[in-house]
This record gives sequence, C-alpha cells and structure tokens, in this order.
Amino acid sequence: MTKESTKRPAHAAWRRLKKNKIAIAGLFIVILYVACAIFAPYISPHDPTKQSLADSFLMPNAEHLLGCDEFGRDILSRIIWGARISLLIQVSSVIVALLVGISLGALGGYYGGKLDELIMRFMDILLAFPGMLLALAIVAMLGPSVRNLIVAIGIYSVPQFARITRGAVLAISANEYVLGAKAIGESDLSVIVRYVLPNALSPIIVQTTLRMATVLLTASGLGFLGLGVQPPNPEWGTMLSSARMYLRSAPHVAIFPGLAIMITVLGFNFLGDGLQDALNPRLKE
Amino acid sequence: MVKFIVRRLMLLIPVLIGVSVIAFLMLHLAPGDPAELLAGLEASAEDIAALRTRFGLDKPLFVQYFMFLKGLFDGSLISLKYEMPAASVIFPRILNTLKLACASIVVAVAVGMIAGIVSAVRRHSLVDYVSTTLALLGVSMPVFWWGLILIMIFSVYLRWLPSGGMGGLRYLVLPAIVLGTASAGAIARMTRSSMMEVLKQDYITAAKAKGLPERLVIYRHALRNALIPTVTVVGLEFGYMLAGAVLTETVFSWPGVGRLIVDSILARDYPVVQASLVLVAGVFVLVNLGVDVLYAFLDPRIRYD
Repeated sequence: MTKESTKRPAHAAWRRLKKNKIAIAGLFIVILYVACAIFAPYISPHDPTKQSLADSFLMPNAEHLLGCDEFGRDILSRIIWGARISLLIQVSSVIVALLVGISLGALGGYYGGKLDELIMRFMDILLAFPGMLLALAIVAMLGPSVRNLIVAIGIYSVPQFARITRGAVLAISANEYVLGAKAIGESDLSVIVRYVLPNALSPIIVQTTLRMATVLLTASGLGFLGLGVQPPNPEWGTMLSSARMYLRSAPHVAIFPGLAIMITVLGFNFLGDGLQDALNPRLKE
Repeated sequence: MVKFIVRRLMLLIPVLIGVSVIAFLMLHLAPGDPAELLAGLEASAEDIAALRTRFGLDKPLFVQYFMFLKGLFDGSLISLKYEMPAASVIFPRILNTLKLACASIVVAVAVGMIAGIVSAVRRHSLVDYVSTTLALLGVSMPVFWWGLILIMIFSVYLRWLPSGGMGGLRYLVLPAIVLGTASAGAIARMTRSSMMEVLKQDYITAAKAKGLPERLVIYRHALRNALIPTVTVVGLEFGYMLAGAVLTETVFSWPGVGRLIVDSILARDYPVVQASLVLVAGVFVLVNLGVDVLYAFLDPRIRYD
C-alpha cells in the first residue's frame, strides 16, 4: 500500500472501484437514473399524465419512442417521471431506516447487556415477518400513500441496518483507540460518533446501496398490488398493474416499465457488489 | 443438540408474542375508530355497534389482546368476508402456497447449485461470467414483471401453458419458475463463493497433490463442505417463498396465502389479515429454526451454545 492510500482510504477504494467494469456500469446506471429523476421536467418529451384517447395503445414510433398506454399517455415520459417517485421513496425510506437502524445498532453494540438484548429481540420480531410482508402490513394499516409507503418501507429496512451497525460496533469497540478515547474521559456519545461509527462506515455504505435495490423492488411490488403509489401517478409498479390487462393486445405497455425497474435494480446491485469488493479488499479472493 | 433445539424454541416464544402483538395492534394503530374500520364505509350505526360488541372493542386493550389470541386457537376469530373461523380460511391457502414453494425450491436448487458449482470450478471463464451475470439478473428481476413476460411468451404467443389458476402440473410450471428465479440467483451466488473459498483450502491442495483426479477432488472433498452455507440459503429462501409468494400468486391467480392477505387487506377483512400474519410469521421462524438446526448438524465445528 502506498503512503497516499493509507492517508486517503476513500481514494484507494475509488481506485479499486474504477478498475471494476461491472461496478462502473452500475454507477453509470445509477447516475442516469438520478439524472432522470432530477431533470424529469426538462427531458421528458411529453406530459406524463396528459391523456389522448386517440393514441391509446399506440405502438412505439418516432413521436412516442416507447409507445402509449391505455389512456394514450406517453410511456417514456411516464417512466422518466416515475424515476422521480421511485427515487423519492428509496432515498427517504432508506434515510429513515439509516437513522433508526444505526442509532439502535450503535446503542446495542456499544452498551451491550440488557439494552442490547431488548433491541435485538425487537429486531427479531420485525424480521419474523418475511420479505415484504411487514411493509405490506404497515401500508395496510396506514393506507396507501407515498408518505405511508416511505414509513412502511423505512421500518421494514431498520433491522438490517441495526444488525450491521451492531456487528461493526461490537468489533470496533474493543480496539485500543476506542478504549483510549474512553480513558481520557470522552463522553459516550462523542466516542460513538467520532471513533466508532466512522469505522463502521464501509459495511453501512454497502448495505445502503444494496438496500436501495431491495427497496425499489418492494415499492414497485406494492404498487403492482395496488397498495403502493396510486394511479394516475406514474410509479413503475403501478404502471405494470394496469398493463397486465392488455398483455395480448399491447405487450409494450407492460414490457418497458418492468425493464426500467430491472435495469435500475441491477445498477444498484452492480454498484453495491463493487463497493463491497472495493471497501473490503481483503475479502476478494 | 436437544438442549440447543429446546433453547432456540424457548427464544421463539417472545418473538411470537411480539408478532401477535404487532398483528393485534394493526387494527388499533390505524387512524380512526377500529369498529368503523371493520364495518367499512357504508355501515350503519347499528352495524358498527354490533361489531364493537362482537370484537369486544369496548373492553380494555389487554383484554382484547387475549380475546384475539384465544380466537386464533379456538376458532372464535371469525373472518368478516367468509363468515367462518379465520384459521379455516387460511389453512387451505397455506397448503397451496406450500405446494408452489416446494416446486419453486426444486427449480431454484437445481439451477442455482449447478450454475454456482460450474462458476467456481471454471472461474473467470466465459461460463462463469455468463452465469454470475444471470444470477445477479435473477435477483434484480421484479418477480411480477418476470411473470408477465413468461405469460406473454408461453401462454399468449406459444399457448403452451396456462396463464393462471390452479390445476394439474401444467399450472405449476410458470409460477414455480417465476418464484424460483430470484432464489436460484441467490443460491448460485452463495454456492460459487463458498465453493471458491473451499477450493483454496489446504486439504484440497493436499488432495490434488496426492494425485486424485480433479473430478473426485471437487465432488468428494470440496462440494460436501461448500454446500453447508448453501443449505442455509436454501432454507432461508424456502422460508421467504412460503410468505413472499404474494406477487407470484397475484400474477398467476394462485390461491395461496399471500394472495389471501392482499385480498383481505383490500376487503378490510382484518381478522384474516391478523391471523395470517401470525401464522405466516410462525411458519417462517420455525423454518428458520429448522435451518439453524440443520446447519449445526451438518457442520460439527459449530458449537451448540
């Protein structure tokens, strides 16, 4: 390891990431997705909610690159605006999960004992609801809306972050620099925030990236079930939900929103895997 | 070993109590009056009052909780839509889901393990590259979309297989592939990495050094140890399938428990939703416990404490 890379571990990780073609492809997809979300009003060729019944089920052509849906709305524009809704849900729910999960995990891992036991048992209870069932139950309880979706998916992602943070904190807390900081009388909060959490950052970054993929699948799955973002909002899963009625006559209406989900999820998974290798170089073969 | 299992079972008790409390509170944490929620929008004041008495909603919360628990077991928790005990509504649906999950896990294990082993043995070859990409594609695929695509190909255009419903084996093929795809990807990824880990070990080098043919080294020495983590993934995936089949069941109109939960949510049949949540979570944690026990059994290095 060169002198520079010991000083700047983030720099070294970036150099390793740059060499990984698949990770860079993932990064490219993610950037494209975020750009669609941010610049939707400028790049979308048509109004995503404007209906034009004369154009319903229009096949892809030069004017409507991906064709039109059952109400004659431009599918490409709806996909571009859909990125905005998905990104909003992903980022907000992962932030909720990060804040709650890291706090609970750090508290449990740092103090141990009864508090740790209590927190982890509670996480076990949340994890006892398999897959998207917890998010489904919470949405069922609160009613489907974007805000409730964010709360539901946020809560359902808390245990993953709590467990990972706890594991990392447990491993780090025994280190001499942490014991040293405690010995010179730093407060617990300061020890956790200044010495423990920064060193737990790599697994949290990797988990955050991979979780973005899961969250997108869950949110669009709920949309497909009719329990997510409600029409006429162009969420990708919601779009698929109505498209399944027209598989025979207009398959393109179902194909493109699904492709958008798959490519975006793949992008986050590529990037997450790449970050894993770049941040923990020893793990790789 | 028995002590280990008993202690793990004891640990499940607080988890299951927590699950039942959450399922119970669903109705009470929802905004609005639970009785009005149960009755629906068009209900008259008498209907609401009747439901309030029937579900004991006028009693203190902890009394209601025990009524709910009791109702789960003795059948007094009645579905609003089907007018029969919630458990009797759920049970046949769980069997249907079990059928689908069993077929899917066969698909997932067969495809996933073969892909993972070939990838690890022919590391960094074209085959490895294709198989790892496909595995990641499998876990990134929205299941509902994958289901629609297969319906388009095999039901709409080729007319080989039915697009939904339940019947003979023909009805099982597409849903099993769809539900098994993500698991196949996960199993392939796990098999590949654990196999590569094992192939690095000294005893593999030793086996090769004493002149054993490559094939024998892989199948007799490497595979057996590499499959231990894979078995865990298979078990976990099976657990997820039992409960996570909601989307697949919706696409293929498969009358499983996941679909029942969604239908009951949409029909505001809260007793069925609550009871299904408890039962499904119960099955899920038991499957997980089974996986842990199997893991401890397969790997003698694991201590039972």
